[in-house]
Amino acid sequence: MTEIQSPGDTYSVIGKSVKRIDGKAKVTGQAKYTGDLKFPGMLVGKILTSPYAHARIVHIDTSAAEKLPGVKAVITHKDVPSQKYGISPARWDENIFCIDKALFVGDKIAAVAAVDEETVYKALKMIRVEYEVLPAILDPLKAMDEDAPLIQADYPHNINTEIHQNFGDVEKAFAESFYVRTDRFVGQRAYQTPIEPHSAISLWDGDKLTVYSSTQSPHYFQYYIARQFGLPLGNVRVLKTYIGGGFGGKLEPTGLEFAGAALAKITGKPVKMFYDRHEMFAHNRGRHRQYMNLTTGVDKEGKILGVHADFLMDGGAYTSLGVASAYYAGALLTILYDFPNYRFDMYRVYTNLPACGAQRGHGHPQPRFAFESHLDNIAHHLGLDPIDLRLRNARKPGTITPNEFKVGSCALQAAIEKARDISHWDEKRKTLSQGRGIGIGLGAFVSGAGYPIYRTDLPHAAAVIKVNEDGSSATLYTGAVDIGQGSDTILCQMAAEAMGYSFEKMNIISADTEAAPHDFGAYASRQTLMSGAAVKQAGEEVKNQLLELAASSFGVPAAELDAQAEIIYVKEKPERRRTFADVAREFFVKKGPLVGKGSYIPPKLGGKFKGAAVGTSPAYSFAAQVTEVEVDEETGEVNLVEAWDVHDCGQVINPALLHAQVHGAFFMGMGESVWEEVLFDKKGKILNANLADYRIPTALDMPQFHSELVDSYEPNAPWGVKEVGEGATTPTMGSIANAIYHATGVRINSLPMSYEKVWRALKEKRERDSRANV
Amino acid sequence: MAEVLTDSGQRKYHLINLNVNGDTRTLAVKANALLVNVLRDQLDLTGTKKGCELGDCGSCTVLIDGKPVNSCLVLAVEAEGHEITTIEGVSHNDKLDGLQESFLENAAVQCGYCTPGMILAGKALLTHNPHPSEKEVREAISGNLCRCTGYVNIVKAILAVAEKTAPEEGEQA
Ligand code: FES
Ligand code: FES
Repeated sequence: MTEIQSPGDTYSVIGKSVKRIDGKAKVTGQAKYTGDLKFPGMLVGKILTSPYAHARIVHIDTSAAEKLPGVKAVITHKDVPSQKYGISPARWDENIFCIDKALFVGDKIAAVAAVDEETVYKALKMIRVEYEVLPAILDPLKAMDEDAPLIQADYPHNINTEIHQNFGDVEKAFAESFYVRTDRFVGQRAYQTPIEPHSAISLWDGDKLTVYSSTQSPHYFQYYIARQFGLPLGNVRVLKTYIGGGFGGKLEPTGLEFAGAALAKITGKPVKMFYDRHEMFAHNRGRHRQYMNLTTGVDKEGKILGVHADFLMDGGAYTSLGVASAYYAGALLTILYDFPNYRFDMYRVYTNLPACGAQRGHGHPQPRFAFESHLDNIAHHLGLDPIDLRLRNARKPGTITPNEFKVGSCALQAAIEKARDISHWDEKRKTLSQGRGIGIGLGAFVSGAGYPIYRTDLPHAAAVIKVNEDGSSATLYTGAVDIGQGSDTILCQMAAEAMGYSFEKMNIISADTEAAPHDFGAYASRQTLMSGAAVKQAGEEVKNQLLELAASSFGVPAAELDAQAEIIYVKEKPERRRTFADVAREFFVKKGPLVGKGSYIPPKLGGKFKGAAVGTSPAYSFAAQVTEVEVDEETGEVNLVEAWDVHDCGQVINPALLHAQVHGAFFMGMGESVWEEVLFDKKGKILNANLADYRIPTALDMPQFHSELVDSYEPNAPWGVKEVGEGATTPTMGSIANAIYHATGVRINSLPMSYEKVWRALKEKRERDSRANV
Repeated sequence: MAEVLTDSGQRKYHLINLNVNGDTRTLAVKANALLVNVLRDQLDLTGTKKGCELGDCGSCTVLIDGKPVNSCLVLAVEAEGHEITTIEGVSHNDKLDGLQESFLENAAVQCGYCTPGMILAGKALLTHNPHPSEKEVREAISGNLCRCTGYVNIVKAILAVAEKTAPEEGEQA
């Protein structure tokens, strides 16, 4: 129990690096992930996928597979509902299994359930599918050509999403600019690569379906499964146990839940479905490859007057979360720098490749890479220090972006200055030797999306807290989803703080659509703020009920009491006190269960134009990242030496977990900067669908890393919190690109900035230089 | 050589004795059964994870005679006669091992999926090299992929254990 020093003005639980609530289970191997669960009579299921990028399905013969001993069911599109689904209601374009056409290598054709894995794999090989191979589109730049084959019948020219937004007068701004510059950048397909493969176990009890799933959002899964099978929400229970990372890739239904539910219904047995590593890559939903033209006009001092972002993204064969990704790509470009005129054009096109979706930083990291690189080019042209240029344009608190996002707290300027100082920027910009360089990139992100993925008036988050009858423990029930980021821990800290209780006595039941109240789940960096707001309200309701009851025993009005660290006391005379447990027990005896509840609905946000909702948020985080690199000019090898992240993420609930988020976010951005790219052969098959060839960084690649904060408090959030987990991925690619440029004088405009690309650019530069010297 | 049993379907099974976490377990396994699957499916030791089944990620790391090995690359029949330690065998009774404590202290755990493998790789290192340099720690876990932590706190957690124990006479700290 913490001693109360000056009641009311200090926090006893939040702001402390308490150890993770799930830590012990995880370090002892006791934590069960979906793939670790077993149920009596459980069958194993797998999905058969298309070997062709684009093919008509002429005939499927499952008879041989069905006869194999041990096989319990083989299903195709004929055995499941044929209505289309998707995660973006604007574009439902997927079927549980392909009906007439397969649209990419990996598209789902049929599924088998059998007694064991060996039998399942044998049976998959015995399904005969006759295909008529069709011409495929693998190059997104050709998708809109007149003679391009049509991938999805309802989408002419293979355009999945088209955006044209115009704010202010960009043309006029360019006409008035001292310098207007256009640069073109290209991103790559990256994959979230959680270390835990996706799995789902489905079981039926009469008309009621339970699905254990490695999901970031039990709610969306519940919603889409219920819709697909025509069940009331209450007949579908979705829950996760532990989940081994998501990063966006486990946000939408994977197909495993639908196929598994159908197989479990037919066989009357629990069915476990899973993807192996190769299938994870094929299912994908990773980062879109974007082609980004940026034009910016500045005045003599480098003040940005207008920006035009003209983008195209490769969506793959389905929509996935891509409508939102497409909007996010341009929407968030306005957050960091204050400029009045902005135009954003985007095409998201279909190709015969795996669908892309939301990966950490959703749609924004590649445009941010482009913009940060582009700004450095402008600084170079104007002879300005890149940091001075950024400070000149940095957003201020209490401002509104041209696309009508309201920014409350914003300590961006302080973050930039601190990053400059702790990295010894000024000195290093001057003194680093050739081949060594330092660069900066800024980043920002939403702390929760202002609107849910499908249209609904449900609150975004809800929570219930139940105090044990003798007050010796309390349980928080929340739909929020801990995918590793630590939400179970920080929400318990928040609950304890709001109740006047202690963290050690908290239990949590989360991410179970039956046991816990609704919450949209882990995406868009929403839980600390949104789930936290619901939890705070629930905790305060518990506290207020206790204060009411205690008031009579103290003989003072409840308003004169407070509770902190398990003590209920008279504010003016803190020595007059009772324990929380004592009052809670009395409450139970006199009034029954002590329960508090809360919910959160964000304020109405955003403008009225098409797509105005995407990018709205109650609060935005800001970050400045500086990276120092060493480039081997002979080989092009890029070595990351040291990196500094300075974050404005509002008030911090758990510093240790917060910095850990920054480490991981930087790490992911760094992988995409130099190494990671999903590659395809000429027939649309992935060339590197494994962890040896899709190279995520190892412990040897990670530089010395410093994560620091600036003081900040967000008025629109519980205890002033903001997000951190995604925002810290957004500046990384730009800061590394700019460091490479500083080290070598070559600008790499495409991701990843591989050794080969750096080497090639250096060679070309040498050739240019030597020609210039003759 | 292990005894071979044949079932009614003419499938052959090897009867093996596996020494896991100090206990000997007698099991009938197919010749091609992978150690990782036998541990998880037959012995319910699901703390050993599977992330790739190709030897690329290290989630399935176990110790065989004290050495870290990807158990997805080892046949169960090959493991007979060796001492196998899984994550479930690292702590004794309810007392966590120092390295497990250190992972908690240093916030080295996020999703936890790589954690069992990381702890075993770290244990193996600290056993033969109680005072490793940071570089040696990074090398020792370079075959264990983690997508959440950037390895920052994992490296810190392993080094913190090394710092807690005094270097032996003559040993380089
Ligand atoms: S599962 Fe064995 S190394 Fe990945
Ligand atoms: S903690 Fe998630 S993979 Fe390492």
